[in-house]
Amino acid sequence: MTDLQTAPPVSPRQSMSLTGATLPRLAPVLAAVIAAGVGALAAVIGGVGWVAAAFVAWLVLVVGLPLWSSAVEGGRKARDRVATLLVWSAFGLAMIPLVSLVWTVLSKGIGILSGQFLTYSMRGVLGEGGGIYHAIMGTLVITALATVISVPIGVLTAVYLVEYGKSSTLARVITFLVDVMTGIPSIVAGLFAYALFALFFGPGVRMGLGGAVALSVLMVPIVVRATEEMLKLVPDELREAAYALGVPKWRTITKVVLPTAVSGIVTGVTLAVARVAGETAPLLIIAGLTTSTNLDPFSDRMATLPVFIFYSITEPGLYVDEMTDYAWGAALVLVAIVMLLNVVARVVGGLFAPKTGR
Amino acid sequence: MAKSIDVSDLDIYYGDFLAVEGVTMTIKARSVTAFIGPSGCGKSTFLRSLNRMHEAIPGARVEGKVMVDGQSLYEPSIDPVAVRRQIGMVFQRPNPFPTMSIYENVLAGKRLNAKRMSRSDADDLVERSLRGANLWTEVKDRLSRPGMSLSGGQQQRLCIARAIAVEPQVLLMDEPCSALDPISTAAIEDLIHELKADYTIVIVTHNMQQAARVSDDTGFFNLKAAGEPGHLVEFNPTTKMFTNPDDESTEAYISGRFG
Repeated sequence: MTDLQTAPPVSPRQSMSLTGATLPRLAPVLAAVIAAGVGALAAVIGGVGWVAAAFVAWLVLVVGLPLWSSAVEGGRKARDRVATLLVWSAFGLAMIPLVSLVWTVLSKGIGILSGQFLTYSMRGVLGEGGGIYHAIMGTLVITALATVISVPIGVLTAVYLVEYGKSSTLARVITFLVDVMTGIPSIVAGLFAYALFALFFGPGVRMGLGGAVALSVLMVPIVVRATEEMLKLVPDELREAAYALGVPKWRTITKVVLPTAVSGIVTGVTLAVARVAGETAPLLIIAGLTTSTNLDPFSDRMATLPVFIFYSITEPGLYVDEMTDYAWGAALVLVAIVMLLNVVARVVGGLFAPKTGR
Repeated sequence: MAKSIDVSDLDIYYGDFLAVEGVTMTIKARSVTAFIGPSGCGKSTFLRSLNRMHEAIPGARVEGKVMVDGQSLYEPSIDPVAVRRQIGMVFQRPNPFPTMSIYENVLAGKRLNAKRMSRSDADDLVERSLRGANLWTEVKDRLSRPGMSLSGGQQQRLCIARAIAVEPQVLLMDEPCSALDPISTAAIEDLIHELKADYTIVIVTHNMQQAARVSDDTGFFNLKAAGEPGHLVEFNPTTKMFTNPDDESTEAYISGRFG
């Protein structure tokens, strides 16, 4: 009885503290400012270049902030700060080439842009004047044609792989071949198209359609992969729901599976288009270059932006400065087209996405 | 328009694996038949074999006979698509089509089969089906909203509306209430009682009370042992099953003393 009335022995565990010392919220900013100051000091006093100064600043930040944190907050939070800094550093490093590329193209290309540059061809132009209308139209026509060729092939292949082939031997062989196709160098695709068209039209053939065929060789595997992944994401329950309503398989695919996956498929196709729009090597071989506007992909040479850029730099002739300006202007237009396609892909993907209404 | 189903000596396989063995039963027209039994004993597999949904899984096949209205479902001349138009199915998880509105979901069976309907016929069918599924009053003002915007219980009733819109002879339900709260469950059980007048209903359930409440006949499936195929232990009127079952293991399962 007495035992029951004595107080329970005090547990050796102390009451748990849920608070701990933390650095002020602005600590990382403060550390960055100090590090930048050290870097600037190194540049001014030590006379090192600005790249070295930036490296010094970075080193001070990566070493200093965790040390400060470890002194105040303890080991776990210090490690967290190291990891955070490294992740941000990697992000910054990855941004450097992107920002620098966009900046270079913009600064060098923006000067030449004008209504004339976008609406005139280079026909009969030497030096001043003219424009890249012929190359813009060539790129648009050839890429559009490549899309028309490769989207049906790619989407139907993916439908076969996901809906019909499943794990059959044929499906596995096709998957393997698609993987191999993904790795085909673009110059080989160009040679393939050239060899194919030379069979029909004799050697030395130049034709926009050939460029489209070469580009679609590069596009098909990307479209197949993207569509395949999207179709796999469509839950089997939806297919079963359609089957249980007595809907035949092909209608289930066209009316239920493809509409459910269409936003992802459109995004994949647009990214594939953006990917091949800048291809140079195959078009160099089969589409060639011309100075006049040719909108007929079934005959004669067709200028495209990448090939135009290539020749403007490598064979500028007498007017080196003008042609270099033209090349940068064309590069800017090409980058703008690719970016526009990416934006369109996002918008279209959003429009077609299944609506949850929540 | 309801049909009865005669199953004789049905074996169901996944590839070489025998999942369900030797099922023989008669499912009466215009009645509710419930299947109960532990997980993995083949209730759902058997249910799916009744409208040839089973073969949507690669390698799945059956041996034996399923007779509906004098026709054997697994004859080579039978079109599985036609079978599924006659024998509808509601699944465990509600699965409205995400790209379609409530209205389009109900009409999906007709529209996907390329049936042309006048606007007024379609409106009638949607209202009739949604009323049949006890959902009309809740959604009549927002038929153009996406089917996915409804709550889980409403989605399940939408799926039932979609299934009865194609006017099947038989309605198969695979644990239709297992993902739902008690109120939605009660709504669906009431619905099953009403649908019984027009349809032959077969329902798989893990809820013994539900089987007792809604069904006229009950089948108890069990595994002989782990790794052995499932089989039908007992098939009797529900009242007999729950008061005086023929088999000892049935009584043990129903009263919770399993094994």
